[in-house]
Amino acid sequence: MGLIDIARSKSPWILHFDAGACNGCDIEILACLTPVYDVERFGIINIGNPKHADVLLVTGTVNKRSARVLRNLYDQMPDPKAVVAIGACALSGGVFHECYNVLGGVDSVLPVDVYVPGCAPKPEAIIEGVVMALGKMQEREHARKRGAA
Amino acid sequence: MMAEYLTALAAVLAAPFLGGILMGLDRVVSARLQSRQGPPLVQPFYDILKLFAKRRMAANTFQMISVSVYLASMVLSLALLVMGQDLLVLLFILALGNIMLILGGFSVKSPYSQLGSQREVIVLLAYEPLLVCMVVGTYILTGSFSAASVFGLERPLALSMPAFVITQTLVMAMKLHKSPFDVSASHHAHQELVRGIYTEFSGPQMAVIELAHLYELVLLLGFIVLFWHTNLVVGIVLALACHAAVIVLDNVSARMTTRWMFGFTWSVGLALAAANLAALYATGPLPR
Ligand code: SF4
Repeated sequence: MGLIDIARSKSPWILHFDAGACNGCDIEILACLTPVYDVERFGIINIGNPKHADVLLVTGTVNKRSARVLRNLYDQMPDPKAVVAIGACALSGGVFHECYNVLGGVDSVLPVDVYVPGCAPKPEAIIEGVVMALGKMQEREHARKRGAA
Repeated sequence: MMAEYLTALAAVLAAPFLGGILMGLDRVVSARLQSRQGPPLVQPFYDILKLFAKRRMAANTFQMISVSVYLASMVLSLALLVMGQDLLVLLFILALGNIMLILGGFSVKSPYSQLGSQREVIVLLAYEPLLVCMVVGTYILTGSFSAASVFGLERPLALSMPAFVITQTLVMAMKLHKSPFDVSASHHAHQELVRGIYTEFSGPQMAVIELAHLYELVLLLGFIVLFWHTNLVVGIVLALACHAAVIVLDNVSARMTTRWMFGFTWSVGLALAAANLAALYATGPLPR
């Protein structure tokens, strides 16, 4: 692992987007920031700005309104980046999947790296999801380098 | 002359490491004050390296120019201070860098960036008079604007200019974007209109800004060390104490408005400065 790889895995800045959640998952994400879980131990910061973010956490179903915003946020994030879908709703639409306005899970709009199941997932699961997403991001980055070389 | 250049070079090379550790300490202490464990001490270095390695995504070419000038001005200001050059020139170069950053913020049409930049102008207006008053104070004491003439004094500056230790601490809180002065952007990842003036800077540009912040921190602490130049250990302890005060202030206070900040610094800050300047004027220059 090079220095850059280490730096990347130690400093994942997070952007959290609620595409249409019941707020259950969002509360669990915020719980990660509290003293009990304190994700800043791993250098994780909830940055709230797509231009600074490395990992996009999406909660809730994607509907016709939020799809455009979600796409826009994703496009504003500079590479390398990863997407984590959190909760049953973000995975498939969950209990809302038959709604007239729901498109489905996050993967109906964006390439998702990690799916974190649960309604709502535990903060531990969310943290693990971010760690897994970082691994995938690194792999993708290495593959790209090899492809370029 | 050669030795001066070498010390300046050493300071410029060492500053990012020193600044990074102090920033890391800041984050750990802030986390502990919130009963969290906090990130590793070297976290700022990880952040900067990662940001440098992100792919470029600039809104325009001017952004990179503006942050580069910002960084250059911080580096140059630090070198000028270490070499004992003119403090007024130093202030102008410092202001130039800040104005370039503000222009960089203004160069993008995003409303968040625009509003953040407007507020940064007000922050600049709030602290600049305090800095100028400090330099005027050293002029009354030494009859010269150069930092070298302060080095020549026999008595520490802090004994003649105690109020300026306080104003410098306020300036430090404002320049580091700490609460209650974090109106244009926050030092932490708190969200103030997204990220205020930094909203539109991404990847390597943000890395340059973060690097400049490390220099800025060392420079601001350097100003305070100047207040006790006769014994560097005391000077450094004084500077670290002021830094600690800023961190505690950051954690115990909430963000205030730009108007409050402007009113506070121009009333309380300038009153402190004026009282101290009047006392200096009455007692006259110090023996050297
Ligand atoms: S997965 Fe459950 S908790 Fe999460 S948004 Fe959907 S319904 Fe709410």
